[in-house]
This record gives sequence, C-alpha cells and structure tokens, in this order.
Amino acid sequence: MGSFGKPDIVEIETDILIIGGGMAACGCAYELMRWKPEDVTVRLVDKAAMERSGAVAQGLSAINTYLGENKPEDYVRMVSNDLMGVVRDDLIFDVGRHVDNSVQLFEEWGLPIWKQPGDEEKPLSEGGKPVNSGKWQIMINGESYKCIVAEAAKKALGMNNIQERIFIVKLLLDANDDTRIAGAVGFSTREDKIFVYKTNAILCVAGGAVNVFRPRSVGEGMGRTWYPVWNSGSTYAMVAQVGGELTMMENRFVPARFKDGYGPVGAWFLLFKARATNNKGEMYLERNRDMLKDYPPYGLAKVPATCLRNHLILKELREGRGPIFMRTDKALQALAASYEEEFGPDEAKKKIKHLEAEAWEDFLDMSIGQAGVWAGENIEPEKVPSELMPTEPYFLGSHSGCCGIWTTGPSDIAPPEWQWGDKPPKAGEDPEPGQKNYNRMTTVQGLFTAGDGVGASGHKFSSGSHAEGRIAAKSMLSWVLDHRDFTPTLSANTTELAEEIYAPVRIYEAHKDYSTNIDVNPYYITPRNLQARLQKIMDEYVAGVGTMYTTNVTLMEIAVRKIGELKKDSKKMMARDLHELMRAWENYHRIYAGEAHLRHMLFRKETRYPGFYYNMDYNYVDEVNWKCFVNSKIDPVTGEWSVFKRAHKDLVSKS
Amino acid sequence: MPSFVIQEKCDGCKEQDRVSCVYICPNNLMALDKDSKKAVNQEVDQCWECYSCVKICPQHAVEVRAYADIVPMDGSVVPLRGSDSIVWTIKFRNGNVKKFKFPIRTTVEGSINPYAGKPEADISKLDSPGFFNMDSAYMPRISD
Repeated sequence: MGSFGKPDIVEIETDILIIGGGMAACGCAYELMRWKPEDVTVRLVDKAAMERSGAVAQGLSAINTYLGENKPEDYVRMVSNDLMGVVRDDLIFDVGRHVDNSVQLFEEWGLPIWKQPGDEEKPLSEGGKPVNSGKWQIMINGESYKCIVAEAAKKALGMNNIQERIFIVKLLLDANDDTRIAGAVGFSTREDKIFVYKTNAILCVAGGAVNVFRPRSVGEGMGRTWYPVWNSGSTYAMVAQVGGELTMMENRFVPARFKDGYGPVGAWFLLFKARATNNKGEMYLERNRDMLKDYPPYGLAKVPATCLRNHLILKELREGRGPIFMRTDKALQALAASYEEEFGPDEAKKKIKHLEAEAWEDFLDMSIGQAGVWAGENIEPEKVPSELMPTEPYFLGSHSGCCGIWTTGPSDIAPPEWQWGDKPPKAGEDPEPGQKNYNRMTTVQGLFTAGDGVGASGHKFSSGSHAEGRIAAKSMLSWVLDHRDFTPTLSANTTELAEEIYAPVRIYEAHKDYSTNIDVNPYYITPRNLQARLQKIMDEYVAGVGTMYTTNVTLMEIAVRKIGELKKDSKKMMARDLHELMRAWENYHRIYAGEAHLRHMLFRKETRYPGFYYNMDYNYVDEVNWKCFVNSKIDPVTGEWSVFKRAHKDLVSKS
Repeated sequence: MPSFVIQEKCDGCKEQDRVSCVYICPNNLMALDKDSKKAVNQEVDQCWECYSCVKICPQHAVEVRAYADIVPMDGSVVPLRGSDSIVWTIKFRNGNVKKFKFPIRTTVEGSINPYAGKPEADISKLDSPGFFNMDSAYMPRISD
C-alpha cells in the first residue's frame, strides 16, 4: 500500500485510452463498444465520477444542437457566421449530419424531451416534433441528462474498463517516434497511486478552460463560473505539450448572462421573447444597430454573431448606460396579456403558472445558483427585470466558441490538406497526399480529440460533443486495427514519471518546516496563489473584465514575459495533500491554455471577435489578411512555441 | 453558493458502501472528516453549486447557502430528487415560498440496455461516415 509521498505505481496496457468522462467520452464509449472486436482493449479514465462529470454534470434545460428538418449546410452557415467566418466547414457539417442520432438515443434512454401538443407520446425517432426554443435548440427536462448519458456509456463499457477519480496530467510520446502517442500518466486523487498507461490510441476529451482569467467574483463566489469550474484546460495543455497543433486559441467565449448567478438567457430571449434594455429603457440592439455595419457580413446576418451582440452591450456599459436589463417582467406580462385575450382568464391563469415554472426550470436544470440569487434578492421575474452582465472569458470548442486542437476532418468531405494519418503535417506545411485519413486525429499520430477539444468547429454543444465522440471512436478503432503491430515504448521510466508528478509533494516535504505559516514560505508557491497570479496577468494584460476586454500589443508583450516567469515558478508549486496536488496540476494546465491564448492573440493582427476582446492596435476585422486560421505548436523537446497561419476554405457557400 | 453539511443529519453514510457526496462531487470538494466521520466541503470557493452532493445525500444533510460575497442572506433553494421527478422549494429572503416539480427521466434508473434492439455494427463500414445504427448509404454530402 502506498502512503502520501510514497505512491504505488501501477502500469496498465490498453489499446485505446479515453481521457475524460463527459459527453464526448460517453459518446466514444457507446459507439466504440459496438464496433470493436473482443480483443481490442479500452480504458476510460475520469477525474471525477461519470454520473456527474463534465460540463453537463449539473444538467441542462435545452439541447442546443438538434437539426430536425434543417439541412447540415444551414447549420454550417449559422456556425460560421456566429464565429466570424473562420471555422472548419468539414467538421461542422460532419457533426450536423450525425448529431440527431445521439439526441434520439438520449430520449430512448430516458431523457424527457418536450414535444409539440399532440406529439407528446411520439419519440423524435418516429417523427415526434420537439419544442424548439430556437431554430437549433430544443427544450428538455434535463436535470438528469448526464446521469442518463453516463449510464448508457458505463453499461456499454463495463465498469471493469472505467477508472474514476484519476487525473491524467501528461501524455507521453513514443521513444522511437516523436510524432506518435504512446501513453499517458496520472494519479489518483483518492489513493496514493500513480497510473502509467501504455496505449496505441488516445481520445483526449477533458473539457475547456475555466478560471484562467480572474473571475468577476473573487470571494466565496469564485466557484460560480459560467462554464464548469473543474475544466482546467487539460485538453489543450496536454495535447500542446506533446506537439499537437492548436488552432484558433485566440478565440474565447464571453457569454452575457444573468449577473452573478450566470443563469441562461437563451430561453428568455427565444422562448419568452424577452428584450434587453439599457438603464434608460432603450433596446441596446436597436440603438446600436448601425455598429453592426462595421463588420460585414457577420454583423448583417439575421442573427448577428454572438461577439457582436456583446460589442453592442459593451458600448452601453462603457458609456455609462448600464446596467443591461433583461425585461423578464415585460415579457411575462405581455405573454400573460396575450393568453388572457386568446384563452380567457381561467385558462390563462393556468398557462401563466406553467410559464412561470418553465422560467424557473430553465435555471434549476442547469444553473441552480441563479435561482439562489433571485431568492436572496427577492426577484420575481414577472414583477421586476434582472441585470445581465458579460462574464469573464472562457476557452471552449463546443459551445459558442471555437478554440481547440487542429484535427483531420471526414474523408468524404475534407479537402486533402485536412486529411492525414501516419504522416501528420509539420507546422505550417500541408500533409503528404495519399495517406489513409483518420477523422478527428490531431497532428500527433494516434492522438484523437472531440467536444471541447476540436478547434474551429463550435456550436456542437452537449449533443454534438456526444456525436463527435462517436465519430472519433470509429476512426480510433480503425487506427488501432491498422497498427496492431505497434508496441508503445516510453522514453522515461515509471519512477521518473512518478517523481515528476509528485514534484509539488516533494517541494512541500522539503520546505514545510521552514516557516510557521504553511501558506507563506519563500521556497514554494501554493497552487491557490499561482492561480491568482495567472488570473491577474490574464485579466490586466490579456483583455479580461478589468479592462473591459481591451488590450494592445505592448500589454500582451509584457504578459508574455510575466507568463514566462510564472512558468518557471510553477515548478515550485507545492501540494500538502492529494487534493492540492490535483489543483497544482490543473493550474499547470491553465498556464499553458492561457499562454496559447495570449500568443495567438498577439499573432493575429486584427480584432476578429469584437465584444469578446479588442486589440486596440488593430481594432478592426481584416478579411483580406486574417480570414485564416491561426495555429500554433510547441516543440516537445525545447518547449518553444511557433505560431503560424493556415488557409481558410469555404466548403459550403455562405451567401 | 457553496454546499455545507448539517452536522446533526450527516451520518458519514456509515450504512452505505460509499460516502455519497464524496463519491459524486465533480470537483472533489467533499471529504470525510477523519475525526468526526462527517462530510465537509473542503474548498467552498471552488464550489460550482451544481447540487450533485445535495441531490444524492440519503440523509438530506447537505444544503447550499448562497455565496456570502454576493447574495443577501435567508433565501434557500432546496431540491428533493425522486426516481422520476424532482421537487424544488425556493424560499425568498422575504419569506415567500415557491414550489416546482419537474420530471427528470422516463426510464427507471439503472434500466438502460444500451444496445437492445440495435443492429450490429458492419465492420466493413468502419471507415465510412455514419454510426453503427445509421445507414451510411444515406449520409448527406455537402450539396451547396
């Protein structure tokens, strides 16, 4: 038995390793187990418990990607416009043509999906019509969404192939080929054990990145982030560190949400037809509509890009016409009046009560804290409006954002430059033609990703992430079957790996008795303080809330230096227990996610996402020079970054 | 709005095969105190208030108190999660109370049979688009 500081080392060989337990991982498990021959082995490793892990842990009130009768081409056009044109049509189309199948499975497994009157008993798969809150969004009773999806995945995989509470912190390249994945290493957050995996293929799906920037609440409310607080950028950091190419890491998401609780606004806008106004009661969207003309074609679409809608909000806030109010009161009153007219007072009363429940459920299914804010502030939405506020920035590839990892696309759609297998492209170069392509593979052989991991392909949301995990499952299996003769060889021995993982523990043990205050010691830094330092740099220099999302080249160059020093000091992080060791490694990952974001922003000499951030030295969208992907790569040996352009290509017409 | 454990109600899940809140917390926050054998939220400012610990506690010993740095006191949001529905009781600071009940699933927990009635995968289609339960011949290609 290991003890703290003296962990047991467990070596595990598996053909396929799934890192993460969220929607993409569950999708992968489900699809994979139906295809794979008996002798191909699989292991899923989750930092938490699958029943409530990942971004859907709390539940959701809607599934935001269900195509129904819409065409995948229209889905591509919507996503492209929302993300200011620089996205991968092949990846988005691929999600679009697969995603409904996953949603239909969710319903079959027990997820309650709202239906149109008359279709209540008719499943989606038999043509039942859902209640759409928008063109792509359907309403659900989603408190147990993740429990249901995880149950199916766990049943498919078998519990023998699942390990929970193990945090994978590092991927490992093959000793004989530095573009080939060979393993991963992590530790149990509950027992004194280190796990070393040797594997043929990996799906790295550990979510997006939260708390890289200083959050608006810095006291007890620091955990009430919009995206899940446990998403620590591990997907991006671990893939980047083994030389996987990143893409569009300059993209960020700054959702405008109900202030402080970060409750969802989608249903209020789309379902209840609520409007948002400034402090004078003016509709900011109308008042500032002309500003959208500065950003053709993205501002001129029927639904302007999300960042541009933020851009109009920020003008109000900067010029002192805040706060922005969601007029929940007016919306519910108007609906009540129309019901009375249409159905008479008695029936209207019932309908209004139902409507009120729907409004609360929107929070209670996915953002319970917002209900707590309203309860504490005596906010009854039918009587008073509520404030909206843009949040701190987040990195993600599945919601209304598109940062992530550069991957192959589907063989039947992707152009040759987005297809590869045994010979991944070098930085800035095209891959050699004629290789067999493996969909959703990174530029590291055998390393795949999905969900928040795949870049330049946003608006997958929960359902699209599940579907993308399924897509990746098939090509991973194909990879493994084509490379059965591969024997992974690790370049470091297991003791060295264990020491590297436990370095924060060693630092603590060596110096803990030097000072009388465990948190203040010149020989180490606590993970908590390191995180605060990262957040301060990102907030003040890299366009966080403190500068109203504004920066410039000088500020960012200072940030590069400061992050460099922070990285050196990160080697002095301490951990006094396993929980803190988890925090130390999470923050190590956060630094890399933040640094990627910074370097990409600095490279892109324009402001592609006004409303999400402004580079004031280049405060415009430059379609001629910058309608391209910005990609980056770390040299796994030297740690040096290179940042470069890759050409954008429209596969679906955008007019 | 971090979760907290009511001392009197928590029995450390001593009759269970695992400590429920410790098992479920997605952020590894719930821990069993060695001396008292009761659960405790060990890092309250990293609590996402996802309520996973509240919903799963067999003793109803876990509740949530709104973030002290944001929200006025005395409100509460309390769930009671059953097998097919959840009941929420929202108490406002001014004493008003609202109750809501929502369905959570249409099947019995644990009853999912993931491949029942599903076709086998056709391994010759492994490199084609489409899932095992879809007909890859009808997979759309980009047409405009």
